Amino acid sequence: MSIPAIRTEALRKEFGTYAAVKSLTLQVEQGEVFGFLGPNGAGKTTSIKMLLGLVSPTSGAGALLGKPLGNRATLARIGFLPEHFRFQEWLTADEFLELHGELLGMSRPDLNLRRAELLERVGLSGFRHKQLRTFSKGMLQRIGLAQALMNRPALVFLDEPTSGLDPVGRRLVRDVIHELRAQGTSVFLNSHLLSEIEVTCNRVAFIRHGEVVRVMEMSALDRNISLLTIRADGLTAEVIAGLEQWGADIRLDDGHLTMTIRSEADLPEINRYLVERQAQVFALIPNRVPLEEIFIETLGKDSGL
Amino acid sequence: MKNIWILARMTFREAARRRIVLTGLVLGLVFLTVFNIGFRLVFVNAYTRGAGADEAFTNIITSEGLNVLALAGLYAVTFLSAAMGALLGADTLSGEIVSGTIQTLVSKPVRRSDVVLGKWLGFAILLGCYSLLMSGGTVLSVRLQSGYALRNVGLGLALIYLESLLIMTISLACSSFLSGLATGGVVFGLYGLSFIGGWVEQIGAVLQNKTAIQVGIVTSLIIPSESLWRRAAFEMQSPISAALGMSPFGTTSVPSPLMIGYAVIYLALTLMAAVSIFQHRDL
Repeated sequence: MSIPAIRTEALRKEFGTYAAVKSLTLQVEQGEVFGFLGPNGAGKTTSIKMLLGLVSPTSGAGALLGKPLGNRATLARIGFLPEHFRFQEWLTADEFLELHGELLGMSRPDLNLRRAELLERVGLSGFRHKQLRTFSKGMLQRIGLAQALMNRPALVFLDEPTSGLDPVGRRLVRDVIHELRAQGTSVFLNSHLLSEIEVTCNRVAFIRHGEVVRVMEMSALDRNISLLTIRADGLTAEVIAGLEQWGADIRLDDGHLTMTIRSEADLPEINRYLVERQAQVFALIPNRVPLEEIFIETLGKDSGL
Repeated sequence: MKNIWILARMTFREAARRRIVLTGLVLGLVFLTVFNIGFRLVFVNAYTRGAGADEAFTNIITSEGLNVLALAGLYAVTFLSAAMGALLGADTLSGEIVSGTIQTLVSKPVRRSDVVLGKWLGFAILLGCYSLLMSGGTVLSVRLQSGYALRNVGLGLALIYLESLLIMTISLACSSFLSGLATGGVVFGLYGLSFIGGWVEQIGAVLQNKTAIQVGIVTSLIIPSESLWRRAAFEMQSPISAALGMSPFGTTSVPSPLMIGYAVIYLALTLMAAVSIFQHRDL
């Protein structure tokens, strides 16, 4: 069994009397794209900062790539794009990547090669001699992403990487995450954009008050719980009541019946049931339950602080 | 060591790009120009008035006058260098912590001490250049116009530089746990304390009041910046003005070499404190 990319045990951080992170226990495997979900104030950013050694935990333990938290050498194999990033804006794009490459201990030829490669990848080759202070928010996010990838990291932390990006920028981030996944890089993704998480992650953790409430395989979204829309005439109250054996949350509006079903494998049987009871079935449309539904179901409707 | 140098270069580049170097240079040159003109006017005036009097006497008076003028210039330079040191250090760590730029630096395989020491080294080089321009320019102006050379000028200028380094180091240390504004308040407060303590000690020396001298020494122990200037002035002042007693730019109660050693140790300990505070805080 390979060493996990991230492992934490009861990681806790208190600021004064307030526990920003109560007890974080999770494991991320190498090569996984792992989504970290939770309302504002759930302790997501503090958790990332603890993992990266920016904030020291009050108690608990953890390891990155098999080495205990705070190990300096491990940081050479890690990339990080912070939330609310602000960079050394008096540097040009070239100098900025050079500074970070140097601090990562990269050799000069490798640094030059990688810098050119990444500037091209994030679409900033034409701006390499411009100072960052002239950059738009989207351009800053792109250069920040390049900075996080300079050392071809084994593990990348992206804290809200698409906030403030236009659709083209978001697509770029998504493509980069797919590439990282294909290369076997582990990605720890903190994002509020659930649609992003849906298309990029292997697994997600839902956290509240700094505790993992639930961990879910994203493939479970396809396999198990689905939302079914039935378009049919002749759905009597009796017939509708009978549908409860396959699922719940049955709602009828405007000739459309929607319900959640436990398994898509039940679809033929549901069809047979309806036909046998003289319903005129026009369509049975299975849909994945959007992650948003699961988010609210898992974490409640209380918005964060 | 390599990382310290990388970060020092970054700090220096930041100062250059953010026009700190340019404004320092322009205002420094304005200062030197005004000093130059002022010195010229006073020197020529004194020289022509002295014509006809006993030559030996005139020479003594002139050289004493030149000494006072040169020290007056250097006194102003000392203040400006200390202020420069305070301003450079004040916002550096606190500013980067607030803005978050520190996060991408510290999450690299870099010791936190490298960040503090790199910044310190960058500022030290910057202050060295500033000091050289200002003190060097003042001394050169006097020398070229009048031919007058200060005594022990190398040691004197080194002590002035050391004072600006000390103030910058205190500022950097405060900046590791206070906001930029609070740091400025603390550093200028301490500088003021040191200034007034120095004067209490000097007046105490003239009046031969032991308590006043002790008050001065205690403030020098709290912050030894002013004693560095007073030692520098002592090294550079003419023997006659030293014998005559107090002048605004000379000194009567001379800080001992022990106090200079104390200032150096004080600086080193302050820098270590800055490193330690920064190492242990959350970012």
